[in-house]
Amino acid sequence: MKILVCISKTPDTTSKIAFKEGNTKFEENGVQWIINPYDEWYALVRAIELKEKDASAVLHLITVGGADCDPIIRKSLALGGDEAIRVNAESSDSFYIASQIAEVAKQGGYDLIFTGKETIDYNGSSIGGMVAELLNMPYVSLATKFELAGTTATIDREIEGGEEVCEVTLPVVVSCQKGVAEQRIPNMRGIMAARTKPLKVVEPAAVEALTNIVSFELPAPKAGVKLVAADNVAELVRLLHEEAKAI
Amino acid sequence: MSVLIFIDHADSHIKKGSFEALTYGADVAKQSGIGAEGLLLGTVNDDLASLGKYGISKVQQVSDEGLNNFDAEVYAKAIEEAVKATGATIIIFSQNQTGKAVAPRVAAGLKAGLASGAITLPDTSNGFVVKKPVFSGKAFANVNISSAIKVISLSPNSYKVNTGEGTATVNQLNISIAAPSVKITAVHKVSGEVPLTEADIVVSGGRGLKGPENWGMIEDLAHTLHAATACSRPVSDSDWRPHHEHVGQTGIQIAPNLYIAIGISGAIQHLAGVNRSKTIVVINKDPEAPFFKAADYGIVGDAFEIVPRLTEEIKKLNNA
Repeated sequence: MKILVCISKTPDTTSKIAFKEGNTKFEENGVQWIINPYDEWYALVRAIELKEKDASAVLHLITVGGADCDPIIRKSLALGGDEAIRVNAESSDSFYIASQIAEVAKQGGYDLIFTGKETIDYNGSSIGGMVAELLNMPYVSLATKFELAGTTATIDREIEGGEEVCEVTLPVVVSCQKGVAEQRIPNMRGIMAARTKPLKVVEPAAVEALTNIVSFELPAPKAGVKLVAADNVAELVRLLHEEAKAI
Repeated sequence: MSVLIFIDHADSHIKKGSFEALTYGADVAKQSGIGAEGLLLGTVNDDLASLGKYGISKVQQVSDEGLNNFDAEVYAKAIEEAVKATGATIIIFSQNQTGKAVAPRVAAGLKAGLASGAITLPDTSNGFVVKKPVFSGKAFANVNISSAIKVISLSPNSYKVNTGEGTATVNQLNISIAAPSVKITAVHKVSGEVPLTEADIVVSGGRGLKGPENWGMIEDLAHTLHAATACSRPVSDSDWRPHHEHVGQTGIQIAPNLYIAIGISGAIQHLAGVNRSKTIVVINKDPEAPFFKAADYGIVGDAFEIVPRLTEEIKKLNNA
């Protein structure tokens, strides 16, 4: 079995978000970079667990980005995986990124492709679906549980107001979220091993980006909180009803 | 050239997010001077002709019972066929669970640019630009779609439903449907609960509530307000509440009309998931809780005293 996990580099969740060059570019100064939490905690860890159960399984990681992604890929390899592929290109367009992943995946013949349910920077939730479409593979999104028996995957996925259980025969693309696995901390052995694992850099396929970010904006600051005394809850209800018209 | 709006349904009824998408799609069409049509895959018990009141002239339906069983691949192929049959150039989804699964597939299949989670009508003065939240609600990006066919998924609760006079004609589309490869074997719905992403009002509890046994008052308040319940990450990590209630940067991002945060300090990661809420109320005993800075209204005090009183006051208002 061959598994591919898609990894993205994102700013740490505590990062203060700012922009530069007339609000057209993300201000990277002072930003701590991390593996996108959904990719790391759920997609990657579940793939590692599958490999731990099946010694013959091969686990590859892929990212689309510049050389500044290498520390993130090494950190991912420290958790697990046999080798990593970095497509040497940068884009904010999901079709462009998905096309690069699909190109690599076509050659790799993967049975299982995992992504996180979204990245915490562009929040597109779109790479998994696009990769599946480009590869003509089924897609199960927002998975909260993933079990594998032979070539049949049983997956719990989020629906409005609950979950449903579905079955699909490999190959399949799955986007993962909380519930699929538990976060792991890389150990020293993993970190040492990651230094010598192969990290292949491939040049991008010729694909046209279909979207581009024209500019960024920060939310308007709040006017300030109106405090109501704890013994005057009725006043809060009045404000919510008459002023905010929220109830 | 037309706008095609995907109409999502579950349990034989059209979802609320689709009414927002229909209104939005009709407004996009009006702006560009083209027609707007809805697309329904499968069958529902709702009256389709009445969807004209959202501003669409036609509902295209593929009444194949197999489509009542959701498979992203089968849906995407059917939508792609419908786009070709109708000549649509702009396709609108609601960015809910179905939209997240299908919109990217359709976009890739049609080689169409996708703007996911849009919150505004396109600005066509220089290109085709929609605004969407990025960095989990900490900022917005203005995204230009440059392809001939464009796909927009609309963030739930971000576009006001509008109704007028109007009736839609219903047209049966003849599209052959492939057998699904994903088989749904069980559905677990929490009955009687308002789905979090569709809720107008959300009541959310944090670590300040001390334990799962204290959620009764949260549920009472939510029930009185017809609200959904939610929680902060430490609460779901401790299994006090189910994972699907976790809102925040690594949970669900929501934008209800009213968000009531009880016993939640307001860490930056939590704020990222809720800061697009139109009105935020914070109840916390710590006056220094960072959440007060992001709130519209606040009460500093003991949640165990305030929340039951709040429920009583709202009951009074409801009965008035």
